Amino acid sequence: MTPVLEASGIEVERGGRVVASAERVALDEGETLALLGPNGAGKTSLVLALATLIPARGEIRHRGAVVADLVAFRRRTAVVFQRPLLLDRSVIDNAALGLEIRGAPTRDRRARAAAALERFGVAHLADRPAVALSGGEAQRVSLARAFAVDPEVLFLDEPFGALDAPTRAAVIADLARALREARVATVLVTHDRDEALTLADRVAVMIGGRVRQVGGTEAVFGTPVDAEIAEFVGVENVLPSRVESVTEERTVLRVGQRLVEAAAMPPEGEDAPLVLIAPDAVVIAQAAAFGSSARNSFAGRVGAVEPIGRQVRLVVDCGFRLVAHVTRQSAREMRFAPGDEVVASFKATSVHLIRRHRA
Amino acid sequence: MELLLQGLAGALAKIATLDPDVLEAASASLVVSGTATLLSVVAGIPLGAALGLGRFRGRGLVLSLTNTGMGLPPVVVGLFVVIFLWRSGAFGQLDWYCTRQAMIIAQFILAFPTVVGLTAVAMQGLDPMLRVQVTALGATPLQTTWILVREAKLLILTAVMAGFGAVISEIGASLMVGCNIKGDTRILTTAIVLEVGKGEFATAFALAFILLALIFAVNGVTTWAQQRRRPL
Amino acid sequence: MYRRVALAAVAVASACGGSAQPGAGPAATSAAPPARPDVVLATTTSFQDSGLLDVLVADFRARTGYRVKATAVGTGAALAIGAKGDADVLVVHAPKAEHEFMDADNGARRVLFMHNDFVVVGPPGDPAGVKGMTTFQALRGIATSGSTFISRGDRSGTHLLEMDLWQGAGVKPAGAWYVEAATGMGQTLTVASEKRAYTLTDRGTFLAQRAHLDLGILVEKDPPLINIYHVITVSSEKFSGVNVEGANAFADYLLSPAAQGLIAAFGVEKYGEPLFFPDAGKTESDLLR
Repeated sequence: MTPVLEASGIEVERGGRVVASAERVALDEGETLALLGPNGAGKTSLVLALATLIPARGEIRHRGAVVADLVAFRRRTAVVFQRPLLLDRSVIDNAALGLEIRGAPTRDRRARAAAALERFGVAHLADRPAVALSGGEAQRVSLARAFAVDPEVLFLDEPFGALDAPTRAAVIADLARALREARVATVLVTHDRDEALTLADRVAVMIGGRVRQVGGTEAVFGTPVDAEIAEFVGVENVLPSRVESVTEERTVLRVGQRLVEAAAMPPEGEDAPLVLIAPDAVVIAQAAAFGSSARNSFAGRVGAVEPIGRQVRLVVDCGFRLVAHVTRQSAREMRFAPGDEVVASFKATSVHLIRRHRA
Repeated sequence: MELLLQGLAGALAKIATLDPDVLEAASASLVVSGTATLLSVVAGIPLGAALGLGRFRGRGLVLSLTNTGMGLPPVVVGLFVVIFLWRSGAFGQLDWYCTRQAMIIAQFILAFPTVVGLTAVAMQGLDPMLRVQVTALGATPLQTTWILVREAKLLILTAVMAGFGAVISEIGASLMVGCNIKGDTRILTTAIVLEVGKGEFATAFALAFILLALIFAVNGVTTWAQQRRRPL
Repeated sequence: MYRRVALAAVAVASACGGSAQPGAGPAATSAAPPARPDVVLATTTSFQDSGLLDVLVADFRARTGYRVKATAVGTGAALAIGAKGDADVLVVHAPKAEHEFMDADNGARRVLFMHNDFVVVGPPGDPAGVKGMTTFQALRGIATSGSTFISRGDRSGTHLLEMDLWQGAGVKPAGAWYVEAATGMGQTLTVASEKRAYTLTDRGTFLAQRAHLDLGILVEKDPPLINIYHVITVSSEKFSGVNVEGANAFADYLLSPAAQGLIAAFGVEKYGEPLFFPDAGKTESDLLR
């Protein structure tokens, strides 16, 4: 199947330097691709290049055809930035701006804009002046504006960056639902891992101006291809789970063939959350040594031992795949080697549960 | 002081009785300056927008020229226009010396740089990301310019009013190219000079008050439009 | 250049001696600068436009140290300014209006010091065919033929004379051919030239501007066209702020051989004929024959 958007050999230059480059970025129908990386990694430059808003070398194809008519291409896509960038007009006139530009008939415009505002829960603000909105409301309008044109590709450049935490969570939820319903191919730029995890199907990790790894979310988080990515991604244990029981004190989840205890509550209404455990939180002990305060202790076998900087990365199969970081010293003392029987444990408080938005 | 009060009383009397000379001068002022301003707006706003938004080599030079143009002395403009319009001049055969057309041309030259310059400033004051967002929504360069001009409309309105204000009050160019002909090119400012020259100070004051009232009315409308929608 | 002519004229004038006015002594710079050096003069645009005003003012300053601040407006305005005491001395050329001024006790001294004359000028083709006629005949001819006539319409000395002439000709000027362009004499001539129209002008301004005008003198040297200049000092009894010494000094100067010589010589080298005629000591009836 032809990707909706395919970019190859992209290079963005500024001041004589290449600030962003990607060998190949492909976006399939209906999927959300997160462009993830630390600040200054060149993500914004890359997404602007993909959206044809800044000049770049390379080729961009839309449904297989090279993009030649920029205005026509832009009218089949939509972009949302970190700031709402609304005009000095009413909310509904702002939401209808994309339609106005495309020359849609007036009555049509109003109806479609209103529907889009409804999607993001701000339809009641339709006739207010945009300058009177709060940050969160304005960003919702900006998103509505993008959705109102029924884009084939949606480019989101850190759309939640300027929002405070509670607003962020709410807007993310609304966007996730909108993406699910509309099934529009989306490129989401973010530096936040949780955002990538909750919203994206695939992740392209970008560090130092280059796209380093592209793949399914769990794959990228679970098997980062190099130390830098691993460091940035930071969370290598991303495990699907099923909620078994929830009590006042703890949540019990089935992970793989085992039961894991978490101090945290699962997200409301979520019965199949993702279990996140930082590798630093996993303690590896020789099989013989038992008895610790960790609620979660699993016997398992060491799969791989890999030094990374001053630490050593151990991959353990204990009924599910678990990644642990230990100090070099510990690794030396314990003499870990592949095939060793060990006990992996982590505290219930180290288990983070996040919602799994995608189907 | 007495003269001032006489003038004010005279002004009210002339308005109340619809004094034909005064009405003539006032309408001539409005027609000439209004037309000149309108032409400046039609030509000046697109140019100002292009200047404000554009990035091209020589932009700095054009901006400097525009700023210089804003400070052109009216009599100098009048002099240059009149040289072209005399029989000995390049456009002598048009026979436009001592006509409203000549005054409109001179006043256009005076107002145009102001409209262009202040429009450019207004456009530069817009959030630069706004332009990217509008372009991203699929706007052609023309659409983008039009949308951004509407966005800056309050400041652009100020630019237009500045242009109008400059020309409704000017006298040097109008006198030189219009010749102050009764019933035709005699506008409020040149009529005031005439009445002072005649020694009719009360009438001069009356005309002066009417001119001020006109300027105030026009600016009042603008200020109202500007301040009408303040954010909460 | 004017100074050379002036010195020569002074020599000529003192040699002739005829029109020497008592009190007008030889040129001598005051030993000390005057106490109130600024003298406010209200006068007419034609006096200024010809260039004679500047010459006399400069010479007056060199001789006495008085600085004349001249405001050149229409005769009507000049008299009005004087009537408010806002000027120290006036130089005007509208006898009827001047009499009213003096009757109202606004002026102290009123002395005739020069005259020039007016001419009717018109386009080279002379469409109304008025060349060589008397003034009244010519005006009637212009009105009947509907040829464009530019009036100053500004109650200047020129305009007031023009009104008198129309009255004398028995014509009430009105209609599309009668254009009231209220500009100074200089610009009015330009307008007449550009629009191929007739107008009334003082000879002085016409000769000074002749080079760039497309007009010719069609009616001249007719008694009604005489233009008499008086200098009037504003009454210090009525207006206490008046610079009496300065005003009198200026009036005396205008009557002096030095000034009279300058007046006689003004424009001769440039235009081949004098623009003004010195008349110190004469009265109105002398001039009007």
